[in-house]
Amino acid sequence: MLEIKNLHARVEDKDILKGINLSVKAGEVHAIMGPNGSGKSTLSAVIAGNEHYEMTEGEIELDGEDITELAPEERAHKGVFLSFQYPVEIPGVSVTNFMKTAINESRKAQGLEEMPANEMLKSIREKSELLEIDRKFLSRSLNEGFSGGEKKRNEIFQMAMLEPKLAILDETDSGLDIDALRIVANGVNKLKSENNAIIVITHYQRLLDYIVPDFVHVLYKGKIVKSGGKELAYELEEKGYDWIKNEN
Amino acid sequence: MELKEKLISSFMAFEEQIDVNTDLHDVRTSALKNFETQGFPTKKLEAWKYTSLNSVLKNDFTVFPKKESAIGFSDVKKYFLHEIDTYKIVFIDGVFSSFLSATTHDGIDACLMSSALTKPKYKLVIDEYFNKVAMADDSLTSLNTAFAREGAYINIPKNKVADKPIEIMYFSTGSEAALMVQPRNLIIVNENANVQIIERHQSLSGNPVLTNSVTEIFAKKRAIVDFYKIQNDNDEASLVDNTYISQKEMSTVKVHTFSFGGNITRNNLNFYHKGEHIDSTLKGITILDGKQHVDHHTLVQHATPNCESHQNYKGIFSDKSTGVFNGKIYVEKEAQKTDAFQQNNNILIGDKATINAKPQLEIFADDVKCSHGCTVGQLDDRALFYMQSRGIPKKEATALLMYAFSNEVIESIKIPELKQRINSIIARKLGVNMGFDL
Repeated sequence: MLEIKNLHARVEDKDILKGINLSVKAGEVHAIMGPNGSGKSTLSAVIAGNEHYEMTEGEIELDGEDITELAPEERAHKGVFLSFQYPVEIPGVSVTNFMKTAINESRKAQGLEEMPANEMLKSIREKSELLEIDRKFLSRSLNEGFSGGEKKRNEIFQMAMLEPKLAILDETDSGLDIDALRIVANGVNKLKSENNAIIVITHYQRLLDYIVPDFVHVLYKGKIVKSGGKELAYELEEKGYDWIKNEN
Repeated sequence: MELKEKLISSFMAFEEQIDVNTDLHDVRTSALKNFETQGFPTKKLEAWKYTSLNSVLKNDFTVFPKKESAIGFSDVKKYFLHEIDTYKIVFIDGVFSSFLSATTHDGIDACLMSSALTKPKYKLVIDEYFNKVAMADDSLTSLNTAFAREGAYINIPKNKVADKPIEIMYFSTGSEAALMVQPRNLIIVNENANVQIIERHQSLSGNPVLTNSVTEIFAKKRAIVDFYKIQNDNDEASLVDNTYISQKEMSTVKVHTFSFGGNITRNNLNFYHKGEHIDSTLKGITILDGKQHVDHHTLVQHATPNCESHQNYKGIFSDKSTGVFNGKIYVEKEAQKTDAFQQNNNILIGDKATINAKPQLEIFADDVKCSHGCTVGQLDDRALFYMQSRGIPKKEATALLMYAFSNEVIESIKIPELKQRINSIIARKLGVNMGFDL
């Protein structure tokens, strides 16, 4: 589904990614771990198309199609979803109406009619229940005054609504208490299928107890320095990132 | 001939058409004298520092409206709030159009200034109210007063609620190469009465138009007035809008100004308090592009205790457009317990747009609550990327952010169909096809 080859990227003349290779197939869950500053968030931003980052070399293909020239919204229309580490507050736009707009713009791009209002409401109801989100919450301005946990739950709620092919969860566990973590992980697991893939970006192994990865990659200084199965995450937890740093 | 000389010399011709043996004529002559002394305002005046009329005044304006040009309703239907029934007072090139209007004398008066100024039965009202709140020493107001003849006259009697909104429409057809019009509106809302008014100036051609409008509003005890100004004219139409509002105790007056178009637009919006427990609201949304220019000068004169005023102006400026917000709150010594609030938020798109914002508070009472806030910012790139990453294209995301920014003002529109109309004007202005159903 996702093929990344020799990806290099920089921000403001600083090289961050220095040759990433990653292959993700449908039905798989990949975890990308690494110490602070290793390039984890840059990788997710570049896949989603953030223009702030300049891709200097390499390829990103989604289902065999080069997406590197596409705008962020076009990537979204092709099924890429990024759950933000720091979701942005949008005052004045309610959660519900933001979702309606996002879904209908995607449908418009695919030549479909707008989603009928009753269908939209039904979907919102189902997905908000999945994430244990209070109905009142949906009429509030997007992310404005939300707690850290509420923001992350809201990110996964949006993922549930948009049903992406490829979901990248950037530090979704940060700022979550154990109950919120369970709710979020449970939501992600219910959305997992044979047809989609998930990339979990995390600093800690904790989230991976709930969202169990098929593959774990360790990112360090802009490169993937180690890949393995889920046991790699435990090894990393036990030995700490110094293990990686000392080896490289 | 320069426009000033042209106007002064045409006054004699004007006198031939009116009754000169009246008190009103004395008012006119002294007003003309005042204009003659002061002339058109220039950038040397502090109040006109950022707005120059020079480029507009160069035009060879026709200052006397000729007879009515015909317009079919279907040509201009879209400018009316046609989804609902309204009273309509319509002028074409400064002349009343009975064909397009729907006036009334049934319970309320929604009709013509020209009849009010000439018919004996209105004499008492005119004596009591005409030119009584308008600033007599203001040059452009004086110019309007000198030639005041046509406009809307609205009088809502005590305890009456106007059963439908009143639309005041000024169309210019382009039948003159360049046209100057000077509408004069007088609105009296008596004790415990209630009215909603929508005013719009619309040029139907690309010929230059200059409108110098004066509106006087008198809100008596417990009266409620909602006034909406729609300024979405084409790039050759300039407007100076002088609105003066006198409020008696416990009255509520709200003025919304929606500025989306026009060449040079100057809004002088002045509130004067004449009683306790008055509530005044001034709100505006300005969305400009190209070389458009809008200047909002507001004044709230708190002269009496226990009154409130609320100002909230939002501005979005792109390309080379320029905006001015000069908001003055004056609290007199007697006006204890005043609660005055002023907010002005602006977004600049690109690096060529300009906003000049100046809050001005002059407070002479010692027990008051006055606050003001002014911001100038840009659209948040992080918010745009966030929205794009969820599939909302950049243009739509930008529009949604701008709409959300303005929403505080939009949501206080009381007429749902008008709110819808403003929404669609904004969508068109921002080049998107969205409902903004927030």
